[in-house]
Amino acid sequence: MIHMLDYHLSCNSYGRMVLTTASNPIEKEVVPVRAFPISNPLQGIALVDRQGYELAWIDSLAELPQDSRELIENELASREFIPEIKRIVKLSSFITPTTWSVETDRGNTDFVLKGEEDIRRLSASSLMIADQYGIHFLIKDRAKLDYHSRKLLDYFL
Amino acid sequence: MNYLPTYWNDDLSSQLICGEIVLVSIKIELNTQLQFIEGIVAVTSQRLMAKMYGDEVWQSWYFHDDLRLVQHDHAGISFLELLDAHKRITYWRYRFGDSAIKELIECFAQQRKLHAQNESDSFLHSVTQDQIPSKNSVQELSEFLVANESIEKATSTWNLLRLWRFARPYKGRLLIGFLLTLCSTAATLVPPYLTMPLMDNVLIPYQNGEPINTELATFYLSGLLVAAVIAWILGWTRTYMLARISERIGADLRTTTYEHLLSLSHDYFGGKRTGDLMARIGTETDRINLFLSLHLLDFATDVIMIVMTAIILFSINPWLALVTLAPLPIIAWLIHLVRGRLRIGFEKVDRIWAEVNNVLADTIPGIRVVKAFAQEKRESERFRAANLRNLQINDRVNKIWSLFTPTVTLLTEIGLLVVWVFGIWQISHDEITVGVLTAFLAYIGRFYLRLDSMSRIVSITQKAAAGTKRIFDILDHQSSIPESKNPIPFKTTQGRIELQNVSFRYGTRSITDNVSLTIEPGEMVGLVGHSGSGKSTLVNLICRFHDVTEGAILIDGYDLRSLSIADYRRHIGLVLQEPFLFYGTIADNIAYGKPTATWSEIVEAARAAHAHEFILRLPHGYDSIVGERGQALSGGERQRISIARALLINPHILILDEATSSVDTTTEKEIQKALENLVQGRTTIAIAHRLSTLRKANRLVVLDCGKIVEIGNHSELMAREGFYYRLYQAQARNIDTEDATTIVSSAEHSSSGEYK
Repeated sequence: MIHMLDYHLSCNSYGRMVLTTASNPIEKEVVPVRAFPISNPLQGIALVDRQGYELAWIDSLAELPQDSRELIENELASREFIPEIKRIVKLSSFITPTTWSVETDRGNTDFVLKGEEDIRRLSASSLMIADQYGIHFLIKDRAKLDYHSRKLLDYFL
Repeated sequence: MNYLPTYWNDDLSSQLICGEIVLVSIKIELNTQLQFIEGIVAVTSQRLMAKMYGDEVWQSWYFHDDLRLVQHDHAGISFLELLDAHKRITYWRYRFGDSAIKELIECFAQQRKLHAQNESDSFLHSVTQDQIPSKNSVQELSEFLVANESIEKATSTWNLLRLWRFARPYKGRLLIGFLLTLCSTAATLVPPYLTMPLMDNVLIPYQNGEPINTELATFYLSGLLVAAVIAWILGWTRTYMLARISERIGADLRTTTYEHLLSLSHDYFGGKRTGDLMARIGTETDRINLFLSLHLLDFATDVIMIVMTAIILFSINPWLALVTLAPLPIIAWLIHLVRGRLRIGFEKVDRIWAEVNNVLADTIPGIRVVKAFAQEKRESERFRAANLRNLQINDRVNKIWSLFTPTVTLLTEIGLLVVWVFGIWQISHDEITVGVLTAFLAYIGRFYLRLDSMSRIVSITQKAAAGTKRIFDILDHQSSIPESKNPIPFKTTQGRIELQNVSFRYGTRSITDNVSLTIEPGEMVGLVGHSGSGKSTLVNLICRFHDVTEGAILIDGYDLRSLSIADYRRHIGLVLQEPFLFYGTIADNIAYGKPTATWSEIVEAARAAHAHEFILRLPHGYDSIVGERGQALSGGERQRISIARALLINPHILILDEATSSVDTTTEKEIQKALENLVQGRTTIAIAHRLSTLRKANRLVVLDCGKIVEIGNHSELMAREGFYYRLYQAQARNIDTEDATTIVSSAEHSSSGEYK
């Protein structure tokens, strides 16, 4: 494993993130992975190669130089898809499986909730809901949802 | 030294010759045909004496060199045998657990030796020595008896009174609740009372041609309304208040029971079914709760109402009251009779439900076996059969049940009819007014209706009492590994473990026998032996999941039993064969022993356990949910998480109980690497079936039938060509084949597994 700043990150012509070190100028394709994507997304990021082996570890994004940090942030942003639910418009029924019509920060959509067990409590107020494909929807603070949404959500909690 | 009742004592002392002293004497309760007959075996300074109840003469054997007294047990019944060099002279049988027997055998051996040496002086000395420990055992024995008695304490409805312990904190509020009940019941009794003047002073005069007295009518009607409103308010406050209290009592009960359950020792859980314990804490407390908040309250209200009604009725007209109340006991008895039959039916339904549930509980967790052996049809047949029985019994119950409500109605009508007949007769003799009869009918209608629900209280109370008993079964159970009264705080340890003549018996089975072993700080010791040789037991003893039956375990020179249990266990890292992951994130699972761990500590532990990379491959990294319903992890992955868990608490003593035997050889190698990080600088005790995993051990301890047979490192033990050598040879053949073939077939896997 390489320690911080012994390596250099760049973007190759295929649009993939690559890592080079001073001793090894051969470009290695790497993928940034958050160790704690939900509980602590900003700290603990691993750079792993395509086989899943860890090449470098970043304690905190803040300690990286500007360009590397932006590269990683962009890479993460392009892969991470956790829409945040802003409003629950309609539920097809109160018995699972049920289709939820929601407004998210990425637009309006419908998804199917297979069972109550797919709703995971992250903290007292935040929830993560997995749809039938395993895409996760986030509710950051359910107290901040409007009354209608809270009432609908309450059926499943 | 003397465990005898006086009549045996007198008999025994009459047999003694001059200068002879009884050293140890015990009463046995079985004869050789295993019938309960008292007998006695005694060791004196001269001989061994014995007599069974009903025998004419004492048998006795003078000490000589060949005479030996031995004991062995089988299925709770023990043999005490007297042998000489060639044969068994005689034997006795006794119930296992009589600790005095051991004393007897020791004393016998000692005396025999003394006689052989002809040191007549020193045996007197030994007599005085003997007395001190035996006094202790008398005390122990009496404590044991006391414990036995408390177990047999009667169980009945009085168990419910024990709930007072949980109700006491709420007694003020309970009193207010009771007063509210009184008031609200009184309020509900006002309206029928008002019908009397309403009838006599308003309606009857109108029928007789007088105009309606509007003022009086308004007064009575508003009285009715006010009474109804007051009854409503009081009833609501009372129900709300008492329900709140009972809910709190229930919650206290549940929490206390669970906390107590957690404090109980390992072997308590071994003997109980999980489902049963869960039901006790969940369902039973809920049932008690419901009983307190609903049924008991209703019953109290009904009783108060009946008493108040009776008083009112008698104050109006004693004769009519007598006639009205006379059928009441008869009706109550009839209802109770029908209920009794129904209850038996409902209990049957309950049992049959348990049967249906059992089929489900068997097959759902074992679904892989069911499918693998293509037994779906058989299982569904089993379910159908159980369900059919359920149907039949329900049909039978419904037959009585459907009869029940109409019967109650009929009885009520008959009761009312009696009141009508007597009332009309009294009115015709001008003894009462029409209003009085109306009031009576209004009152009586009310409590006939309540009779049905009152009759239910009997069975409900019984159920609640049974539930209470089951809860208190847990609460009364004392942990078999009690925390010492003045526990020595145990903050740091070097990890020196010393076993001194440790013996352990589980029930009637002797598992560990006189094991002595010293493990130095930082040393790695491997425990080797066939299954059932007592390896895991030894580890359980060191973790203090059980207490030793005899001997002692010393940690850094302190007796394990004198240390604070929680303090001590904090220094132990345990990696089990079947790693248990709780429902929660991987990070939570790793930090289970140290909830305050920072994320970087967690990552560090996971790295050392070679778990970091596979965790990163999971969709949510360390935030992935594992455990029941969680992310499916392989056996090796789960094991590495449990290793990380042990690493994080940085224990001084590390116990690996078959940590690698449930995984294949490739995974084992990875786990082995993880373990190497873990073992460094810690006192380690490792159990493994695959001897190859113990190559790093400083010493190997070979166990057989609960005894240490060999100690030494691998090469020493191999050179000795003893027990270990044979064990190793038997396995080496398999390991060679595993190493030789790059692709290990599943068949070979299972064959190597057979050496477990």
